Amino acid sequence: MSEADLRTLGEEYKYHFVDEVKPVFVAERGLSRRVIEAISYHKGEPEWMLKFRLRAFEIFQKKPMPTWGPDLSGLDLDDLVYYVKPAEVRDAKSWEEVPEEIRRTYERLGIPEAERKVLAGVGAQYDSEMVYHRVREELERQGVIFVAIEEGMKKYEDLFKEYFAKVVPPEDNKFAALNSAAWSGGSFVYVPPGVKVELPLQAYFRVNTPEFGQFERTLIIVDEGAEVHYIEGCTAPMYSTESLHTGVIEIVVKRGARSRYTTIQNWSTNMYNLVTQRALVYGEAYHEWVDGNLGSKVTMKYPSSYLLEPGARSEILSIAFAKTGQHQDTGGKLILAAPHTSGTIVSKSISKGEGRASYRGLVKVTEGARHGKVNVECDALLIDPESRTDTYPYIEIEEETAHVGHEATVSKINDEQIFYLQSRGLKEDEAAALIVRGFIEPIAKELPLEYAVELNRLIELEMEGSVG
Amino acid sequence: MNQLEIRDLWASIDGEMILKGVNLVVPKGEVHALMGPNGAGKSTLGKILAGDPEYTVEKGEILLDGENILELSPDERARKGLFLAFQYPVEVPGVTIANFLRLALQARLGREVGVAEFWAKVKKALELLDWDESYLSRYLNEGFSGGEKKRNEILQLLVLEPTYAVLDETDSGLDIDALKVVARGVNAMRGPNFGALVITHYQRLLNYIVPDRVHVMMDGRVVAEGGPELALELEAKGYEWLKEKVKEGA
Ligand SMILES: Nc1ncnc2c1ncn2[C@@H]1O[C@H](COP(=O)(O)OP(=O)(O)OP(=O)(O)O)[C@@H](O)[C@H]1O
Ligand SMILES: [Mg+2]
Repeated sequence: MSEADLRTLGEEYKYHFVDEVKPVFVAERGLSRRVIEAISYHKGEPEWMLKFRLRAFEIFQKKPMPTWGPDLSGLDLDDLVYYVKPAEVRDAKSWEEVPEEIRRTYERLGIPEAERKVLAGVGAQYDSEMVYHRVREELERQGVIFVAIEEGMKKYEDLFKEYFAKVVPPEDNKFAALNSAAWSGGSFVYVPPGVKVELPLQAYFRVNTPEFGQFERTLIIVDEGAEVHYIEGCTAPMYSTESLHTGVIEIVVKRGARSRYTTIQNWSTNMYNLVTQRALVYGEAYHEWVDGNLGSKVTMKYPSSYLLEPGARSEILSIAFAKTGQHQDTGGKLILAAPHTSGTIVSKSISKGEGRASYRGLVKVTEGARHGKVNVECDALLIDPESRTDTYPYIEIEEETAHVGHEATVSKINDEQIFYLQSRGLKEDEAAALIVRGFIEPIAKELPLEYAVELNRLIELEMEGSVG
Repeated sequence: MNQLEIRDLWASIDGEMILKGVNLVVPKGEVHALMGPNGAGKSTLGKILAGDPEYTVEKGEILLDGENILELSPDERARKGLFLAFQYPVEVPGVTIANFLRLALQARLGREVGVAEFWAKVKKALELLDWDESYLSRYLNEGFSGGEKKRNEILQLLVLEPTYAVLDETDSGLDIDALKVVARGVNAMRGPNFGALVITHYQRLLNYIVPDRVHVMMDGRVVAEGGPELALELEAKGYEWLKEKVKEGA
């Protein structure tokens, strides 16, 4: 198959259309006990969950806004709508059951087609609720669960309760508390011992309501020796006012299991994207984060892996692209809490115009985690003279046997490279886009082909008419 | 009109005048050699032909089949059929030769090029160059040896099929086998629709690529011209005698 054939995932500016969907319920603005009770009521939740939400709300109110990172002063948490129920049908098992206007959106985004061709299962969230979830039958027969998180809570309550909020408790940070209070939508995934899910599972998040907060919550349990690759994609139309996406992703990778979580986020530039992603990795297991952040106004996202038993390994690959008016504050955290654990963080950021990309990372080797090994590499590419990048590498080592390497480079788009490529017929901005693609290639090549093509296409769009 | 013509070209960099009135014509269908001591301005001329924005053209014209291309960007010149094989090819990490070459070919032809068509073309070029397919998935010039970089320039020449090519010391740093391979590549391009200016220091290359004419540059100007025998004379006598002659003439 040629690259051109694979460009099935849509056309230019496909994300900026506003859907004509009339929601069936919209909560009043701001977050309060009343709104939380309403969310809980609409979901028909068990009592313990409402209690959990209200407790998290108290924690949220007590915690101050983080001031150590990007400027969040433009975010008015009281002016947001915290819950929008798009339709009565929830979590349909076939696209025919999804209300037509919503279905059309996903068709425009190429989701059902991708599902037929390259995915093992698809989940689709629209504003606050999952409207679709389906996993291939043979996987279902093997016991693989891939459903809306609400369904996970109700149908698999014991399993759910064992892990929910155990990886990321509400006390963790202000936005984890906010998500815990207001969460809605997201996936619940369980892969039984030894089952290998060959094709990726994908969840797709769409925000349509303006001044809205999306609080997806995903819980993934990969049982012993199992394998899974979960992909998340996000878009929203462009509004002049700010919106918020605050997800919490909890992943448990049990002994000998392998998992990979890939996000390619291309939010519109009015989005605050503040997400907590964390994986607990057990003995001999492996977890990989692939994190691509292209859109949003502000992104704060540091996927983290806790290596809890000997032989646990993790890799964090992060790409950020910041344009004028955007601040991508991204990176990763590796916590080595057992002997003979190891991990890598590779971060590649591109700043264009007055965009700012910051690498923020934590490497921690706890006492007793002997012979831990960590390698951190962060490379920044600056396109314009006014582009900005900075790095905040935090390293805490309590073990003298630890091996921690950190390498950082900052480069500018090189005029000689541009001239060389131009002398072969590529236009100046095409040449620059190609250089940027080359820059992120070490990460892009880790993606399934379709997503690598999609990422390259997004980069080309971002780079269009860029140099002069 | 079917020629690459350089007319009284003056050019500077960082306030320093490097080209001081270059006059030179390469008719389509001919291969010319450009020789001259280090620092004479040969590479400068090549880069200015290709449109390197680092240099300022103070005066003169570059006519491609009669059209002045001085105002055109490097990519526009390339799409019109001009090609420069760099003396020092540039490394572009993360970009495979295959990917890059296909984009370049599409730019050159001004249309989409299907995978099959692309492969057919590249395969032929690789065979001629005695090169392994595996090079296509390597990143452009990254970690290439000097000789591999030069060979890669000729690969691009063969695939892009320009009308006029300037080859800047494509022979330097090559072992004798590689030299023959490069010569084979250039000779394969020879024909009524191709003109080339081959910059070299060595007669050795000209044994394999026999030039129709030889130009000699010194201190920013072309100071001598002749047939292939001029290169032999330079090989035997060096540049001193020519320098003396130029001084006397001045
Ligand atoms: N940025 C610059 N500032 C000043 N002088 C420069 C600059 N770049 C090149 N030059 C000078 O221009 C002159 C011509 O250089 P050029 O590379 O064209 O020579 P050449 O004939 O190709 O030499 P060689 O045979 O060694 O490749 C040299 O004297 C060089 O030092
Ligand atoms: Mg030179």
